[in-house]
Amino acid sequence: METIPVEHGLILAGILFCLGLIGVLTRRNIVFVLMSLEVMLNASGLAFIVAATRWGHAEGQVMFLMILTLAAAEVAVGLGLIIQMFRRYQTVDISVLSEMKG
Amino acid sequence: MLELIWLLPTFPLLGFLALVLTGGTLPKQIAGPIGAGSIGLSFAVAALIAMEFVGSGEDYFVYEAWTWMSVGNFSPGVTFYLDGLSTVMMLVITGVGFLIHLYATGYMADDPSFARFFSYMNLFVAAMLMLVLGDNLVLLYLGWEGVGLCSYLLIGFWYTNPANGYAARKAFVVTRVGDTSMAIGLFLLFAQLGTLNIQDLMHAAEGEWEIGSGYAVAAALLLLGGAVGKSAQLPLQTWLPDAMAGPTPISALIHAATMVTAGVYLIARTHILFELAPSVQLLVAWIGLATLLISGFTAMTQSDIKRVLAYSTVSQIGYMFLGLGVGAWSASVFHLMTHAFFKALLFLASGTVILSLHHEQNIFKMGALRKALPVSFASFLIGSLALTAFPFTSGYFSKDEILLGALAVEGVGTWLWLGGVIGAFFTGIYTFRLFFIVFFGESNVEHHVDREVGGWHMNGPLIILMILALVGGFIHVPVEAVFSHGEAHDEHHVSGLIHGIMIAVPLIGIGISYLFFMSKTFSVEKLMSSGLAQSLHKFWLGGWGFDTLYNALIVAPFLFLARINRKDLVDSFYALIVTLSQAANGMIVKTQTGSLRWYALTLVGGLVIIVTLGVLL
Repeated sequence: METIPVEHGLILAGILFCLGLIGVLTRRNIVFVLMSLEVMLNASGLAFIVAATRWGHAEGQVMFLMILTLAAAEVAVGLGLIIQMFRRYQTVDISVLSEMKG
Repeated sequence: MLELIWLLPTFPLLGFLALVLTGGTLPKQIAGPIGAGSIGLSFAVAALIAMEFVGSGEDYFVYEAWTWMSVGNFSPGVTFYLDGLSTVMMLVITGVGFLIHLYATGYMADDPSFARFFSYMNLFVAAMLMLVLGDNLVLLYLGWEGVGLCSYLLIGFWYTNPANGYAARKAFVVTRVGDTSMAIGLFLLFAQLGTLNIQDLMHAAEGEWEIGSGYAVAAALLLLGGAVGKSAQLPLQTWLPDAMAGPTPISALIHAATMVTAGVYLIARTHILFELAPSVQLLVAWIGLATLLISGFTAMTQSDIKRVLAYSTVSQIGYMFLGLGVGAWSASVFHLMTHAFFKALLFLASGTVILSLHHEQNIFKMGALRKALPVSFASFLIGSLALTAFPFTSGYFSKDEILLGALAVEGVGTWLWLGGVIGAFFTGIYTFRLFFIVFFGESNVEHHVDREVGGWHMNGPLIILMILALVGGFIHVPVEAVFSHGEAHDEHHVSGLIHGIMIAVPLIGIGISYLFFMSKTFSVEKLMSSGLAQSLHKFWLGGWGFDTLYNALIVAPFLFLARINRKDLVDSFYALIVTLSQAANGMIVKTQTGSLRWYALTLVGGLVIIVTLGVLL
């Protein structure tokens, strides 16, 4: 069976990570920011899987499982915060939340 | 009895404490008796002690109250030293001081700060007694600074007028120059001779230093610096005329009779040191001569009754310095005593005049007051005669002795004598100019004179001082033992001509004054018409421009430096550091926007830079 070259997998992971990062930096809607974060997490998870397959180690897959649980917990907390934020400010625009007068 | 000498400064000190601890709230009926009574008690004790001391025939008496401090081999005691010189001084201080306190209870009767006035006065007398009774220079210095402080407080007594505060500061700062010199002199003496007990010091100096040796000259010069500051002699004489801003009894007590003669006392007390430095001793004579002539000229032009008397005080202390400089020690102390009598009399009488005329001090707004103010008139007549050394008044004997002492000096003696005689001539002119203008001629009084201010507590002291000013010359000053080894005892035979000149010259001065200001045979206006006379008058009126000179030489540069340094040049370096870190802080603060995405971007940016660097290098 012909295997996918490891470079392809890593490049895909890099592209996904950059897309997520751009989303975090540019979106003002906090729901999209949270989704972009998920994309970044999954990109790093993908990189772990690719690397684990390449060298035949199980640690990479273990790491991905850990990231998965972590992401689930993070989303649960994040969504809760978003609901609280919407209740208090009637908006999901994160730039409104900045109260520092630097 | 002699052991009771410690009571002398104690009574005034207790009076001071009683008045000051009640915060100046005591009513006049209590504060007056406390203030004057404490000095009266002091005088009674002083008189008893003096009688016993002179009667005992002892040369000196020492009473150690306690050891003040003890550091290594330096242990000055609170020790009183009584000899002929301090006997005279303590009698003058307590005697004349008591009369002036008594007078002041009347003079200050309407002043709201009556108790404060007497608390300062009592503190002054206590300090002055410490000065003259202390047996070591440390105790003397304590009194020296104490009287300086009281002088400051009393010149600025009416502190609501800024001019008075200025005069007080001027007096304090100018005398401080002298005090500093004296303190350095004390350090030098202690470092070289290892003691500050005056008698030990004099013996040690005699034993260790040769005549004219460098240390002796330096020590004498430094002590002289202190003396000229306190006694308002050239070049530190400028403060005394301004010191007249204080109430008139202050001028009489501090700035005429007692404190300003402290310099004379200091030099007389340390006369052995000055004999070891003949050049400095001669300098004392020249300083005295220059001061008495300069202030004599100035006194002729003044229009303020108290300033005339102030310049005359400076001039008379000049005579005392002249006497000290020529080694006529006892003559100087004698003149100190007679001067205390007649100058206190003149000042107190001028106080009565000023008060009767509702605080008018300009003599050209007086005139023809002899009928309205008979007691002042009599006081002024007797005081003026004594001041001009009219034959057989007190001033005649003392000034005569000083001038004869000057004449006895080899070499420059004739010149010193001549200068002194010329000074006596001017004394005659300015004293009787004041007398004729105030009490004779036409009345220029603006406010009606209701009556002469008086009462027994004001007129009593005047009458006693009148008697003393007349017959004080017959009092024998018991100071032979003090100056026994230095004074030229050989009777100097002077011709009748010299005596004749010394009697005649003041009379000629009085005569000229009479022709100008009484009979108007000569006209002052005509004399003043020329430009030269005008400018001379202006020059003398300003006290020979000493104030201007000091302002230009010392005050102006000091203010200039102060203005430059107002922004603290040294601090500007540290201020620069502060400015730089504040600027850096301002820049970094701008990055703290509170925007989450901005933080994330900088995080990523930093990461990119570090990774790039890691890859490239």
